[in-house]
Amino acid sequence: NRLLRHAGLLDTDSDSGVSEVPVPADDTPEVLNKALSGLSSRWKNWWVRGILTLAMISFFFIIIYLGPMVLMMIVLCVQIKCFHEIITIGYSVYHSYHLPWFRTLSWYFLLCVNYFFYGETVTDYFFTLVQREEPLRILSKYHRFISFALYLTGFCMFVLSLVKKHYRLQFYMFGWTHVTLLIVVTQSHLIIHNLFEGMIWFIVPISCVICNDIMAYMFGFFFGRTPLIKLSPKKTWEGFIGGLFATIVFGILLSYVMSGYRFFVCPVEFNNDSNSFTVDCKPSELFQLQDYGLPPVLQSITGWTTVKLYPFQIHSIALSAFASIMGPFGGFFASGFKRAFKIKDFANTIPGHGGIMDRFDCQYLMATFVNVYIASFIRGPNPSKVIQQLLALRPDQQLHIFNSLKAHLTEKGLLPALEEAA
Amino acid sequence: MNPLIQLTHQGSRLILPTGHSFATNFLSWLAFPGEGEGEMEGDSKADTPDVPPSTDNTPQCLNKALEGLSSRWKNWWIRGILSLTMIIGFFLIIYLGPIMLILVVMGVQIKCFHEIITIGYRVYHSYDLPWFRTLSWYFLICVNYFFYGETVADYFGALVQREEPLQFLVRYHRFISFALYLAGFCMFVLSLVKKHYRLQFYMFAWTHVTLLIVVTQSHLVIQNLFEGMIWFIVPISIVICNDIMAYLFGFFFGRTPLIKLSPKKTWEGFIGGFFATVVFSFFFAYLISQYQYFVCPVEYNSETNRFAVECEPSNLFMIQEYTLPAVVQNAVRCKTVNLYPFQIHSIALSTFASLIGPFGGFFASGFKRAFKIKDFADTIPGHGGIMDRFDCQYLMATFVHVYITSFIRGPNPSKVLQQLLVLQPEQQLSIFNTLRNHLREKGMLPPAVEEAQ
Repeated sequence: NRLLRHAGLLDTDSDSGVSEVPVPADDTPEVLNKALSGLSSRWKNWWVRGILTLAMISFFFIIIYLGPMVLMMIVLCVQIKCFHEIITIGYSVYHSYHLPWFRTLSWYFLLCVNYFFYGETVTDYFFTLVQREEPLRILSKYHRFISFALYLTGFCMFVLSLVKKHYRLQFYMFGWTHVTLLIVVTQSHLIIHNLFEGMIWFIVPISCVICNDIMAYMFGFFFGRTPLIKLSPKKTWEGFIGGLFATIVFGILLSYVMSGYRFFVCPVEFNNDSNSFTVDCKPSELFQLQDYGLPPVLQSITGWTTVKLYPFQIHSIALSAFASIMGPFGGFFASGFKRAFKIKDFANTIPGHGGIMDRFDCQYLMATFVNVYIASFIRGPNPSKVIQQLLALRPDQQLHIFNSLKAHLTEKGLLPALEEAA
Repeated sequence: MNPLIQLTHQGSRLILPTGHSFATNFLSWLAFPGEGEGEMEGDSKADTPDVPPSTDNTPQCLNKALEGLSSRWKNWWIRGILSLTMIIGFFLIIYLGPIMLILVVMGVQIKCFHEIITIGYRVYHSYDLPWFRTLSWYFLICVNYFFYGETVADYFGALVQREEPLQFLVRYHRFISFALYLAGFCMFVLSLVKKHYRLQFYMFAWTHVTLLIVVTQSHLVIQNLFEGMIWFIVPISIVICNDIMAYLFGFFFGRTPLIKLSPKKTWEGFIGGFFATVVFSFFFAYLISQYQYFVCPVEYNSETNRFAVECEPSNLFMIQEYTLPAVVQNAVRCKTVNLYPFQIHSIALSTFASLIGPFGGFFASGFKRAFKIKDFADTIPGHGGIMDRFDCQYLMATFVHVYITSFIRGPNPSKVLQQLLVLQPEQQLSIFNTLRNHLREKGMLPPAVEEAQ
């Protein structure tokens, strides 16, 4: 029974007015059921989970192989499924099935927010493509205004749809929808941003979180003794710390392996001529081997004075530390949420594992962290976005900036002090 | 329950059913801005009790001065005096300048946040979760830090470059804000108590939605302010004017109800208010566009270390000639008319305020009905809480901000320069060349041979 998550540990809540959410029926595929019909139910469950885990990991590798376009599609689908799962829970909790407008409005808001975010991304990264096509250019110029107008329409429809006896329900669902959008859609948008920076910034964080999940479980299984937090009684301190060290080691090794391939390391660019995504570039300093002097302690142990590392591996230590220390808080948040609303799993999409959200609960904060990390420590602003802003300024402002830039470059010695040829 | 007159807990407020005489209609509006009702509708969730109303807090001096009058007129006078006081206060802080305005906006934001959170506490009886008050205020501080840090970094670029600790804070601003937020998130998870999970999640969501509504709006108000005080004054005045005009038109001509949510609103009031507001804003914009004090972007002068509002007014605030369409020409017998371009924009602003602004008011009415509260709070005697006064302004600030970024100004030059200086040298060089070619094309730079440094 240790293999079953959230095994029957639901606490009563002071707010007993809301009844339990009905558990969805078991939907293990028939083929698996037949193949495993011989085993007892405990081992059957273990096998189902194991097989599905392997299936998900293989699927992950396949879509990485298929390239950036497919990855973006998958992220979009996962986002839509997560949104659907959480909204369905809201409906079950509040018995809001008989408010038909609300389904429409929730999906409409999802569309609006996605339109806003993806429009900003398209404008930033596909600047030249957008400038060529006339309708796209107008859409991108007035993008914020159009998005705001679309959102306002949804807001007005919500106000007009308020029904006399259901005000509170409707406001609850409105709040629920907005918080879900805040959590799910912004995270997925940040994942896509990370992806554009280079697929390695997408693969390594997700792999670190998955590894931490598995390692923390293994360490807890073999050595677990001291409980970690009352919220999830199955988690132990031994699992937590063992998982931390194992994930850091895994992160270092994985980044070493990946940093050698341009496919992972290069920013995803849109090639205007071939109209497709390319990942071809000269790898930045982050992905070129450099010598690091070892501290004397390690020198005496290993007998080397320097070690060759990719700078990215140093960064991966930060990423895996975050995944191991903060990632679990995302998991505790989801556990608390499930206890609060008395549900076992978010949904029953993946047999043996629960819904998509159950798999992604530790990833919540990771995507935001990676994005903030990249923006703060790795890259500066996007050059094409800066050019775009420059060309939108007034001529006198452009001249002023031109002179400041010229002075700056001359100081740095990048421009000869005197005139250069035209 | 007496169907004719019901004295509620809140001092001398009156609820009167509609269909009575002139005076009672008048007074019922005064008692209940735009939303008179005989009773509160029932709700399907009967388990959540009524929010206990707060006590009357009319200042003693007003009470004494008006104790001779009957309670109906007393209420009317209180509302009138407070309205005048608020309008005078508005003018006073405009006179005192941008810094004062920013501080007042911050103060209003904190008070609105406090009001909404207090309602949440009452609805969910969350008084016995002491961590939650701390966490709500902590999240408010985090989000404010994030937004104001971004604003300071954008607008006070020169000041920031001078001071070393500020430079560090600005460079890693997003990371620091995120770390602060995460600390709050972890504290929330650690504070989950066995029997109160659901309450705590509700309050968490309530806090976040409130932050989303209140803090982002106030931040956008400040950004509008930096664009020029006129972008702050005109929208707010338009919304206030629309409120008053819609009421007056509804009072004198009102017949057809507008929406079930607010039975006091009428179509006549809505349409009359719309036209009156457009006309008002047209003239008001004309009046204000003449003064540099209102029209110039607020700049921070590095030398004197103060805010300065002095500049050469942009095209928007210089009188231009517009040819009238033929129809109007025959009517008015003038060929052209001298207008500020800003007056055309003010028509767009007032149209929005009249047509969409009321939806913000309906939203707030629905919210109050849903949670069975009469007012957000009792801060302003006769009017309710701060949120009651600002409910129609919700969407206006966002609209003005989006309008400015889409139609008026481009990006902020100092921000673009700041971004440029952070790029890699070869990227800077390539941008430099692109910019130089662009300027040469436009004739701003002499072609071929460069001028000497």
